[in-house]
Amino acid sequence: MHGSATNGAVGSGLDVATLREVEQFIYREARYQDELEYDAWEALWTDDAIYWVPANGGDSDPTREVSILFDNRARIATRIKQLHTGKRHSQTPPSQLRRIVSNVELLDGEADGIGPEGDIRAGANFLVYESRERGVTLWAGRSDYTLRRTPDGLRMAYKKVTLVDSDRPLYTLAFLI
Amino acid sequence: MPSVAPHLPWDELIEPGRVHGSLYTDPDIYAAELERIWYRTWVFVGHVSEVPEPNDYVLKSIGPQPVIMSRDRQGEIHLLLNRCTHRANLVCDAPKGNSSAFRCPYHGWTFSNTGKLLGYPFNSGYDGTALKAELGLGRVPRVAQYQGFVFGSFAEEGPTLEEHLGAATDAFDRLVRLSPTGEVELTAGWLQHKCKANWKMLLENETDGYHPQFVHSSIFSVASSGIGDLYGDKSTAVCRDLGNGHTENDLRPEFRRMDQPLGWFGTKPEKVPDYVAQLEAKLGAETAREVLVDGSPHVMVFPNLFIAEIQLFVIQPTAVDETVQHVTAVQYKGAPDMNRRMLQQTIGSVGPAGFLLADDSEMYERNQRGVQARSPEWLTIRRGMHREREDADGFTVGDATDEVPQRAIWKHYRSLMGGAA
Repeated sequence: MHGSATNGAVGSGLDVATLREVEQFIYREARYQDELEYDAWEALWTDDAIYWVPANGGDSDPTREVSILFDNRARIATRIKQLHTGKRHSQTPPSQLRRIVSNVELLDGEADGIGPEGDIRAGANFLVYESRERGVTLWAGRSDYTLRRTPDGLRMAYKKVTLVDSDRPLYTLAFLI
Repeated sequence: MPSVAPHLPWDELIEPGRVHGSLYTDPDIYAAELERIWYRTWVFVGHVSEVPEPNDYVLKSIGPQPVIMSRDRQGEIHLLLNRCTHRANLVCDAPKGNSSAFRCPYHGWTFSNTGKLLGYPFNSGYDGTALKAELGLGRVPRVAQYQGFVFGSFAEEGPTLEEHLGAATDAFDRLVRLSPTGEVELTAGWLQHKCKANWKMLLENETDGYHPQFVHSSIFSVASSGIGDLYGDKSTAVCRDLGNGHTENDLRPEFRRMDQPLGWFGTKPEKVPDYVAQLEAKLGAETAREVLVDGSPHVMVFPNLFIAEIQLFVIQPTAVDETVQHVTAVQYKGAPDMNRRMLQQTIGSVGPAGFLLADDSEMYERNQRGVQARSPEWLTIRRGMHREREDADGFTVGDATDEVPQRAIWKHYRSLMGGAA
């Protein structure tokens, strides 16, 4: 389970500079998603990226059980290309979105073998307000990140989005969560 | 059975080439459908592999009705209603588990997983009346299986499951023949995709060969997929009325023309060598090749099970304008290399974020909004009427993009609802 053991008490080893950098990264990612900056958002991913939205709780094995979304880097690219066609009907017109991201935390430990040493693990909670012709849908959940320092700044190697409602019937989720 | 809206003029609402918009929006019609279709005909509930061990159970549904599918100690499968016979509390709250009994949390009444009332606390309060014989759990009176697929019917009497499935049994046979053990397993769990649309919008779309090039052009244009061409004007594929409301897009003519084993799945035998070797060992090289060229069925089993090549969809109406589509990946028992690929393709394609189904679902919802407009009142389903024909087996078929399936669905619907057969 990601996001369990947290960093030590504030003031005793919390890397405030890193926390600020991670927060700014996560807020920027949220803004790219809300404002449909698809290419800018795609550029935040590393080449070995995994983007995962599990179904039926957060503990499933995505190689044996269905997920709402389980993209490797190639599939992230396909997703963005599809959005760019203008014929992705479930996003044409696009959802109107604003999200609040909070409870940003740096988390202890390496990335469970997902990336090389030095990767940063972080977690955050979110609440997305989505407005479409159908009506308003609220999406709440937890994002677990593995971030990597690159010459271009932080990049996402891994993002797992665990929806509070992941085990219930969900409306179409065609925007970037 | 309550007689709901018997006055509705079904023959006036459903004509051979058009259907009335109120069929998708009228709450009285929805109530009548529950009684005459969902609580009468055979409805798919689950698969035996979802309750593999004695005393396994899983919560399922028949339309809006919550149903517990349990396997008893002897291995027999039961469909029980999740309602305590005392004061109607839910006796089971876990989505699945293993237990020989269900204990109602309200007053402690306990029922076996066969539905029998086992006991109730402080039983002197009933003056010695033998409640046990009288107050077992409600049950779906008829339960039957075909190739491990479990169906239930709320009607005490009526056609058998095999009579109901009729020619659609072939779809199940074709599906399991692709498995090297002759069995499929539904072990990947289910996605639940909700939409604001009447259930028949989904039912009619599953074997609509006209929409893919339009609804799915976005993904066809950016990912290499041969699906679009299968549903083109030049396609040799056919759509078919299998009888009893069951319908099919039969893509085999195209796959046979291409003559590529696993071409239907967009892959090649060398990518899944273990699977292919197992299938060859079971069927012989020649038959295995034929089976791998022909591919997996694309058949809508009326009213709620869509066998979509590598996925299974289950349609669950929850209100006149709300439907939940449950979907899982087909898994062949004993074929891990093929199963991994089928699962990953399923995750990419379907469910709330799927490259395909998110857009289908958008169409269902727009259909539901569109049908509220007052004019022209009718939906037209006459595409290909002039070129309908009988195939060698006597089934009505049309070209790949024709509306033979939609007409077949409505014809059967009308007969179930009380109109002319």
